[in-house]
Amino acid sequence: MKGRFVRLGERERAPVRLLVDGTPIEALQGDTLMVALLTQGPALRQSEFDSGRRAGFCLMGACQDCWVWTRAGERLRACSSEVREGLDILTTQPEAVWPLHG
Amino acid sequence: MATARLNIPSGTAPRVVIVGAGPAGTRCAETLLAAGLVPTLVDENRRDGGQIYRRQPEGFRRDYATLYGSEAHKARALHDSFDRLRPRIDYRPDTLVWNLTPGQLCCVSQGRHFTLDYDALILCTGATDRLMPLEGWQLAGTYSLGGAQIALKAQSVSIGHRVVFMGSGPLLYLVASQYLKAGAQVAAVLDTSPLGKRIAALPKLLARPGLLWTGMKLLAQLCLARVPVHLGIQPVRVLGDAQGGVSLVQVKTAKGDGLDVECDALALGYHLRPETQLADLAGCRLAFDPASSQWLLELDEAGRTSVSGVYAAGDGAKIRGADGAEHAGRLVALALLEDLQQPVNAAELDEQRQALAVMDQFRLGLAQAFPWPSAQAKALPDTAIVCRCEMISAGELRRTVSEKGACEVNRAKAFSRVGMGRCQGRYCSQAGAEVIAAAAGVAVQEVGRQRGQAPVKPLSMLTGEVAP
Amino acid sequence: MTVQQSDVLIVGGGLMGSAAAFFLRQRGQSVTLLERDQIGQYASGVNFGNVRRQGRHLGQLELANRSWALWKRLPELIDDDLEFIASGHMRVCYREDEIAELAAYAAAPEARELDLKIYRGRELHERFPFLGPDVKGGSYAPHDGHANPRLAAPAFARAAARAGARIEERTEVSEVQKVGGGFLVSTTDGRQFSAERLLITAGAWGQKLSEQFGEPVPLDTNGPQMAVTEPVPYALPTVIGVYTKIPEEVIYFRQIPRGNIIIGGGYRSKPDMLTRRAQVEPRSILNQIQQMRRLLPGVGNLNIIRVWSGIEGYLPDSLPIMGPSGQVDGLYYAFGFCGHGFQLGPGVGDVMAELIATGSTSTSIEPFSIRRFAGTTAQRSKAS
Repeated sequence: MKGRFVRLGERERAPVRLLVDGTPIEALQGDTLMVALLTQGPALRQSEFDSGRRAGFCLMGACQDCWVWTRAGERLRACSSEVREGLDILTTQPEAVWPLHG
Repeated sequence: MATARLNIPSGTAPRVVIVGAGPAGTRCAETLLAAGLVPTLVDENRRDGGQIYRRQPEGFRRDYATLYGSEAHKARALHDSFDRLRPRIDYRPDTLVWNLTPGQLCCVSQGRHFTLDYDALILCTGATDRLMPLEGWQLAGTYSLGGAQIALKAQSVSIGHRVVFMGSGPLLYLVASQYLKAGAQVAAVLDTSPLGKRIAALPKLLARPGLLWTGMKLLAQLCLARVPVHLGIQPVRVLGDAQGGVSLVQVKTAKGDGLDVECDALALGYHLRPETQLADLAGCRLAFDPASSQWLLELDEAGRTSVSGVYAAGDGAKIRGADGAEHAGRLVALALLEDLQQPVNAAELDEQRQALAVMDQFRLGLAQAFPWPSAQAKALPDTAIVCRCEMISAGELRRTVSEKGACEVNRAKAFSRVGMGRCQGRYCSQAGAEVIAAAAGVAVQEVGRQRGQAPVKPLSMLTGEVAP
Repeated sequence: MTVQQSDVLIVGGGLMGSAAAFFLRQRGQSVTLLERDQIGQYASGVNFGNVRRQGRHLGQLELANRSWALWKRLPELIDDDLEFIASGHMRVCYREDEIAELAAYAAAPEARELDLKIYRGRELHERFPFLGPDVKGGSYAPHDGHANPRLAAPAFARAAARAGARIEERTEVSEVQKVGGGFLVSTTDGRQFSAERLLITAGAWGQKLSEQFGEPVPLDTNGPQMAVTEPVPYALPTVIGVYTKIPEEVIYFRQIPRGNIIIGGGYRSKPDMLTRRAQVEPRSILNQIQQMRRLLPGVGNLNIIRVWSGIEGYLPDSLPIMGPSGQVDGLYYAFGFCGHGFQLGPGVGDVMAELIATGSTSTSIEPFSIRRFAGTTAQRSKAS
């Protein structure tokens, strides 16, 4: 599946460019991060306790299923974060690197 | 209820904080403002409106009729009211109340923690969908009914290319028909409530004839568009794969036949459950409501909780829908004014009370027509996942009852991890309680409810403090 | 009304009571355990889960060593490993002069079995690269580790029950009397239990009973402040704790294989002894966030998803009450473990069983005798 979510309208909005797992994608101004990712791909993250991928659930900030990572290690709740130019999103948790060297 | 009089030092304005800028919070703020008080209104979202009247982001162009259908005029009125009162109140959007101590809220906004003192706290925290798990519901592509609606309303997207709507309650037909109207592909509407229950509840449902009529219209629209609609179904499982997510929903029809519906998205929900965590942290008492089979805040008619100075209104207090929330918001404001010994229009009080009484009849009718499907919990296969966050199965949960004697929700949580995940039991705890009760052979109210803990939502460890 | 008789009556179903019940059964003693609420509901179930010997009062290490030997054998003893992992414990400090204090402890003869190793400077940061730059030194205990406190007392109680102990939950004691050569205990549901020997393992409520027998102790209650993060890949097996004289700095954390990081310490709260509940104060959470970012800088990217507290009993000298009564024959105590009883649990149960069954124990517990509080006037306990 290319994108899970299907745009039904409101396409006349300014483009916003961001990276998802290193791949550049184009979203629209006003998209949530969740919509930006799921209109282009099937999932937001890897489930911790099984092999399944996750794509959010409640879209209202209650289920906490849609948290994604930025390459810098920031945590963002995709359904309640607006998409921003230049975001560098990872859908697989970065290796547990506890930074300290240097 | 708690002692009504609030002791505010004379000469000082009472500090009133409202949590939630949905219909209840908006009307509450409006009513207080009209009486000369300036409340603080805190809301987790960036924009006002709550869920049903969620506002689309700036830059979106759909009109109100498209967004809110038959409720367009109500949405417009609510938003306009909020826009008018916004500059006159202390409005704090994008702010989460993550904890509280008596008289003080702990808030976080954009990574900064700060406190808000209060003399009176009005909780208008709303509700979430109420979910009953089924085998496979952890697969990507499963969403709550409310989530499916938000996708459409707030982002103009469908949650999938072929969507199945399943569950029970007024939202089921509403969202399905909204999807249809917006051009999405609705694969089927699968209603777990049988027609018989709907008819039995008719007398109470007639308390809101307008809404009843709208419901029937929606059904007609779906049938006209040849969307398969099945009543009285039993969910069996969701099938799919780990990478691609949902691909098939399997149910049993009322006649007992197997029915498979191909889809890439499932919108699931069984009406609503109130968000009571803050009230729980404030020490407010809850009681089991047999009509809706869930724990609700103990409230007087007007919305006073068991804790002096703490009030509640809207779906977070009692699920009476958006109209009920507006009335409850006004009524609770009047109750607070009474408690502050401010003059209150008796006729207005009466009017709001009566309006709410009508909503209550409708609420009971809804609970009867669209009952919480507790029997599904007992029927869950051992392999079905109950807790999506922690991936705990019904079998594991049952084993804590049979092998470890955990016949109480918090105990079973400690042993099984059900409810220990990020969602803090919002989507698993009620079904978990049904599973535990069935395994223990007791009524569901006997196993209690999950204790609310802080933080109300996950709190970032980057949170820093600001001087007040 | 029939009086239920057994060799030993235990009042209080936390880890100490449950472990004692189990070990008493191993010694052929008949046992009845009475617990007012649910097994392990209080201090036993809410603590940090540290299975730690280092840092204890040196006079407690003999008991801790005995307990440690039992921790290793749990699967064979109680058919449950309590998720115990001997993944090592590191006591770190932020000040150079504190390293000498850690070294002095490590050099003590009582601590020999712990195989402690002192780390400092670059060697420390190479071995433990996740620790913050403020960490100057630390003492590493390779055999210490951690386990799941929620599982412990219930697992011991089930094992005791399988071995024939009578475990009565939701059974509140209304009266305890010394009658003839034994004890008669009445419960609020109208039942009666008797035994020749009585063991009080009632935790934060222990002093209510010891006071009845003329042995009040200045027991205070506190609520531990616990928080847990969302799960992240398992990378930190070592339990870390801060050694310091500044109370807010005293925090500790452990990561479990599922990935969550459990955090404790900094402040304590006052439990409500009427409702039997304790809260985590917002300032505790904010302090832990701040302290953790100093101790483990990478943690800033995580979310706290839950906090909890409970009720623990403390004595002013930070030592428990353990051993025979100084006043009454056949009466024994094991309560008030000052927030550090978890690792001692199996050992306490084993020692008390030995003491009760044979009249003496080979392990030194004299520093914990209740007699140390005898004769001091005005022993008004702050616990209700």
